[in-house]
Amino acid sequence: MNTSVHTTAPVMVADAGIPLRDILPWGVFGLIVAALLIYFVGAEQGATSLISGHSVHEFVHDGRHLLGFPCH
Amino acid sequence: MVGRLLARGMAAGIVAALLGFVFARLFGEPQVALAIAFEAAQDAAAGNAPEPEIVSRAVQASYGLLTAVLMYGAAYGGVFAIVFALAYKRLTLSSPRALALLLAGVGFLTFVLIPDLKYPPNPPAVGLEETIGLRTAMYFAMVGIAIAISMIALLVGRAMSVSLGRWNGALCGIGLGIALVVVAQFGLPDINEVPGDFPAIVLWRFREAAIGMQLVMWSTLGLVFGALADRLLRSSAAQAR
Repeated sequence: MNTSVHTTAPVMVADAGIPLRDILPWGVFGLIVAALLIYFVGAEQGATSLISGHSVHEFVHDGRHLLGFPCH
Repeated sequence: MVGRLLARGMAAGIVAALLGFVFARLFGEPQVALAIAFEAAQDAAAGNAPEPEIVSRAVQASYGLLTAVLMYGAAYGGVFAIVFALAYKRLTLSSPRALALLLAGVGFLTFVLIPDLKYPPNPPAVGLEETIGLRTAMYFAMVGIAIAISMIALLVGRAMSVSLGRWNGALCGIGLGIALVVVAQFGLPDINEVPGDFPAIVLWRFREAAIGMQLVMWSTLGLVFGALADRLLRSSAAQAR
């Protein structure tokens, strides 16, 4: 819990949503983690390849097809 | 606060992924197996050697599928929590649970249904090796376009509800969103690489299973995250008082 936000500006939190400056760092962090995860599930060793071979592609193969990503 | 919402989003995404995995095992894997059998029969008929199995089919259909779905669930759970943090008290819905369910619906439309209407999920044996670059680029472009369409529809809907009221304002946003989806449908190239003799019922069942699995995941994400966020926001509001 970010207690400083609630003690210094409770009215703002209650009326205007969560301040954007509080969301920004977590938003950047969350989107980077999500992009990495989705890249490895959806595209690695398909259209592009960071790790050589096919083992990543083969391991997530069924998930890649069923989650709707292009494959082969 | 946002960090705690992010953690809850990823947790809700993992719960959603577990249910999605069960659905995919029951309804998706039988169709994947049929498609691979078709592919193997085609290879044998053409006199080609069968594709080498680097990872066994049993592992692909269990641990591999589970890992992929968990990564996907955690990723979209995190994205969901950030969008929720932005939308909370900025969109008109004030109940965290109702807002989470609305956003889960928007998420399903944005990340699944709108891209899939243009570039539907395909089973193994569908899709040419040499077009993987184009297909991947077009698929992710379509996801990006869907994100833009949803943001435009939400913002226009919110702006219009100031003068027209909530209900009519939301209808304006939805109508504009549908018009933009139609433009994208006609504006982007079609890709159809289904072999002529691929069994139609397998293709249909596979796509039903793929989209059904996403429906299970996104509705679970919205409901579980809504309950978790509701508790968190209540307790922090009580502390602030």
